[in-house]
Amino acid sequence: MISIKNLHKRFGKLEVLKNIDLSINTGKITAIVGPNGSGKTTLIKCILGLVKPDAGEIRVGDTRLNGHWSYRKDIGFMPQTARFPDNLTGKELLHMIKDLRDMKNGFDEEIIEAYNLTDELNKPVRNLSGGTRQKLNAALAFLFSPPILILDEPTAGLDPVSSSALKDKIMKEKDNGKTIILTSHIMSEVQELADTIVILLEGKKFFDGPITEITNGSGNTTLERAVAQIMKDAQL
Amino acid sequence: MNATLKIVKYQLHDIVRSKWLIIYTIFFFLITEGLFRFSGDSAGVVVSLMNITLIIIPLVSIIYGTIYVYNSREFIELMLSQPIDRKALYVSLYAGLAFPLAAGFAVGVGIPFLITGYYEPQLVPTFLTLLASGVLLTFVFTAIAFLVANLTEERIKGFGIAILVWFFFAILYDGILLMITYSFGDYPIERPIIVLSMLNSVDLARILLMLQLDIAALMGYTGAVFRNFFGSNTGIAVSFASLAVWIAVPFALGMRRFVRKDF
Repeated sequence: MISIKNLHKRFGKLEVLKNIDLSINTGKITAIVGPNGSGKTTLIKCILGLVKPDAGEIRVGDTRLNGHWSYRKDIGFMPQTARFPDNLTGKELLHMIKDLRDMKNGFDEEIIEAYNLTDELNKPVRNLSGGTRQKLNAALAFLFSPPILILDEPTAGLDPVSSSALKDKIMKEKDNGKTIILTSHIMSEVQELADTIVILLEGKKFFDGPITEITNGSGNTTLERAVAQIMKDAQL
Repeated sequence: MNATLKIVKYQLHDIVRSKWLIIYTIFFFLITEGLFRFSGDSAGVVVSLMNITLIIIPLVSIIYGTIYVYNSREFIELMLSQPIDRKALYVSLYAGLAFPLAAGFAVGVGIPFLITGYYEPQLVPTFLTLLASGVLLTFVFTAIAFLVANLTEERIKGFGIAILVWFFFAILYDGILLMITYSFGDYPIERPIIVLSMLNSVDLARILLMLQLDIAALMGYTGAVFRNFFGSNTGIAVSFASLAVWIAVPFALGMRRFVRKDF
């Protein structure tokens, strides 16, 4: 379980996260949604230790985050934009992450197989298309089968076939008991994948609960309409 | 193998294939080889090469270093989401760039020197001093580049600061020293000038080379003071120590910032 208490973060004058309290359950898929600039990526980066909170506490499992790095061995992260050193090949990148993780066996290379990436992995990264880079990005996150997966807009830039394959993989990992956090602007995707939804608006947590609670409560049939309604009401 | 060495290994794979590093190496090779071919006087070659080195190495190291840090932003984020220490990542990013740059210079200048030096063994000490100065300046200005890029989020601003820093130390500083020497020529200013020279890593490298070439005497009385101080073992030791400080201080400040900042 990941628990967040009273989390605050500001960048200069801009208050990006305001008093966030959140529990993310083990073995579930939690979707963090909200308009652009609502603090989704900052929240994720706080969990990863990339952004240092001004106040509050984050616990990943039994570890309270204090700047030490070892808890990240349990987390796989797929960032929003994939950019790697230009002259390395995909294969070298995979080797690098494997080397760093000190796991000599038991890698999860399902994504590489599903995407048929083997040939592409021999090319320098600069010659790969944006979509292929995003696939490589996904492959790196799932590679060492971590108990926690954090995916920042995972299907952005993927074609429908690749996107479906990635969603299948996400569902499969959930069934394997993984804790998954994802952000997305595509509500149909959230509805399809997530158990719990967290809505952030201007850095504040606006809603946190099962998806059914939103769709049933609002009288809207789709999640997209229900969430849009909530965001509109909040702005009034 | 610890995390730093592991990352450096892959960075070397990346940078060694970079076309800019190859161009940089070829540039030094062509300049050195050309100077040897078209100039009969080997000491003259070293002086010309010194003047080029003292301008080009700081410029390329600081520009390439800042661009490198800005371009690696997403890659740094990806690396920081792995179970590794921020300090270890900083050290490996720095070493992974500074060593190939220094090696590019050493190889480019070294090959023509090896060929010619074979016939002129008296050139060897001068060559080694030139090599050491170039390598140390690479480390100094890469450290400054990393500091600037980590302090400034905006790419354009960081780039501007980098160029100003280079301009100040590689061009302007000497002009200021000259002005001071000229204006206060009637006073005993040799010691203050020595101190001021030590505050600039480019000047330190230049002085070491001039003394090695034995042309410090051309600088008159000031030259004699320089020679007395820098020519002695103490002087050389102090110069190298100052260059080491010039590497260590920007490096440590940059690392401090890197460890604390948000990505």
